[in-house]
Parts: sequence; C-alpha cells; structure tokens
Amino acid sequence: MNEFLMLFLEYALVKNFILVMFLGLCPFFGVSKKLKEAIPMGIAVTFVMLCASVITWLISQEILIRFHIEFMEIVVFILVIASFVQLIEMIIKKTSISLYKALGIYLPLITTNCAILGIVEINFQEGYSLLGSVASALGAGVGFILALSVMSGMRERLELSNVPKSFEGLPIAFITAALLSLAFVVFGGIGL
Amino acid sequence: MKIKELTKGIVKRNPIFVLALGLCPALAVSTAIDNAIGMGACVIFVLLLSNLIISLLRNLIPKEVRIPCFIVIIATFVTLISLALQSYLPELNESLGIYVPLIVVNCIILGRAESFASKNSAPDSILDALGIGIGFTISLILISLIREFLGTARISIFGYGFGFPFAPINFFILPAGAFLVIGILLALFKKKGLVR
Repeated sequence: MNEFLMLFLEYALVKNFILVMFLGLCPFFGVSKKLKEAIPMGIAVTFVMLCASVITWLISQEILIRFHIEFMEIVVFILVIASFVQLIEMIIKKTSISLYKALGIYLPLITTNCAILGIVEINFQEGYSLLGSVASALGAGVGFILALSVMSGMRERLELSNVPKSFEGLPIAFITAALLSLAFVVFGGIGL
Repeated sequence: MKIKELTKGIVKRNPIFVLALGLCPALAVSTAIDNAIGMGACVIFVLLLSNLIISLLRNLIPKEVRIPCFIVIIATFVTLISLALQSYLPELNESLGIYVPLIVVNCIILGRAESFASKNSAPDSILDALGIGIGFTISLILISLIREFLGTARISIFGYGFGFPFAPINFFILPAGAFLVIGILLALFKKKGLVR
C-alpha cells in the first residue's frame, strides 16, 4: 500500500505534470483563465488518464510484450487514446447531457494533450504494475487539477491588476507559472 | 514553389513565440544546447516527412477520418526517429527521454498537417515544414542558450565549451527558470510588435 501512496505523491507533487515535467501546457494556459472551467477540464483529464492507463497496461502486457512488438508502442498508444476519447464522448453524449455540456467541449482537446500520452509512456517505460499505473495516473491527474486550479485562481486576480502592456496575456501567465513552479521545487526535498 | 513559405516560419510565424505551439518540449529540453539541437533535428525530420506524405496523399484521405490518418503517419515517423536515436545516439535519447515519443502530440506537427500540408502541393509543404522546423529549432536554441549560460555559467556545443567567470544561477536550470525565460522572450516579441 505504501508503495502506491509513494507513487501517487511522486506524480502529484514531486514530478507535477504541469509545473515540473511541462506536460499538458496547452490546456494549462488555454483553460486556466477561469476557475469554473479549470475544474471540469482537470476532472476530464484525470478520468481519461486513469482509463487510458488501465487499457494501455492491458494492451502492452497482453499484446506488445507477449508478441515482442514493443517498438509499436507509440503508434498503438496514440490510437488507443484517440479512439478511447472518441468512445467516451459518445457514451457521455448518450447518457448524460448535463455532463456532456460540462466536459464535452474539453474531450476533443484531450486526445492531443501530452499529459495523457505522457503518463501512458511513463507507465510503460518504468514498467509499473497495474495498480502502480493506476496510482501514478491518479497522482498525475490530481497534480494536474491542483496546478490548474491554483493557476486559474491567480489569473482571475491578475485580470484586475495593472500589467505592463507588453506582458499582457501569455507572457505574464508564464511569469506567474514560474513563481508557482518555484514553489513546487520544495517538494523535490521529500525523499521518496 | 514559393520561397516565402520557407522564410515565414522563422520570424513572422515562429511556432513558439508567435503561435505559442509546441511549448512542452520547448520548456522541457531547453536545459542544454545539445538537447535543443537534438530535439530540433527530430522535429524537423518528423515534420518534413509527415508534411510530404500528407500532401502527397491529401486527395486520397477521406475528410471525415483525416485526423486519425495524420496521427498514424506522424506516429510512424516518430517511431522511426525514436528507434534511430536508441541505436545511434543513446546519450541524446537518454537526456531527451520521454519527450521523444511525445513528438507525436506536438501541436506544431499536427497543426501544419491540418492547416498546410492537407491543402497544398508537396514542394510547398516541404518548404513550409523546413521553415517552421528551423524556426522551432532556432527558438529552442535561443532559450537553451540563455538557460545554459545563466544556469551553469558555461556554453558548450557537442562537448566543446568554455566557462564564464561568474557563479552559476541554478534557478535557470530549474523548471521555474524555463517559464521565466520564455515569459520574458514572449514579452520581447510582443514589444517588437511581432505578436498581435
């Protein structure tokens, strides 16, 4: 149990996907303007990360490793993620319109989100077990939500402040992210 | 064949500073100039070949399934470059790590496939790929030059390098340094009026 908690903490804080590993920056800067949008996006990403980790773990164990075609990993993983996201979109659309309205617009963006392929590749390369993959995916997702919601809170405040003209928009968002990332350096001191 | 397709990618439509695409690798691998050059070369290779193949196949690929087709073509070339790195340049492969397979989801490549190669002829697509690829590489080298110079007080390319007589500012090698350097460079581009 302890080992899974370690994995969870490692990917949530020490190797925070956005602020330390730079994965999933596009939604981070695109959607982090309002807290109301950031949380559904974060939940959608976490959900896809979890499911994609389980599916790709099964595929990599049962097909890639069994038949010694590990070199196909990139093609297989990206196709699995793309078709899985499409499938979820269809299921959510049929079952719950309100959930679709909340998450639906973010789902197509998720296919090309580096965070999803990132966690899948990490799980494969590190050779985590099924539960280990679930723990790391959950940690990465929680870390993603954490960074996204803190950042959107800061950007809501930033809207009201007086920023030099050439720093308006993306440049000041990067400077803010730099300060936030500096805060996460502290977690590097946790000996996991 | 228009030569302006080649030059526009370098400053006017610079993928990182103007279009703000492909930021993940730009931040992650820019700790050393060698890594930046390696990453840039990989992206140019993938971009060039995927743009070429997609522009040749543009009339054969049905519109409804074009995105999955593009992704498979891109993933094939990324697999090729990843295998080549593993066998010929294991050190570079080690330091680029997970960011090599992640070239598949680099927005620049899919973006060029969708907005340029699927609509234009093969020679123009090659020039476009070269221009955007070189623009990406130059931006990556610029960021890594600043980070390596300030962060390690050294500049080195392929093992040849020289140090500078000041204490290295470790901050610039940390992830936070990457965000700060790109933020300031983006503001500079904006001040010069290159970004809307």
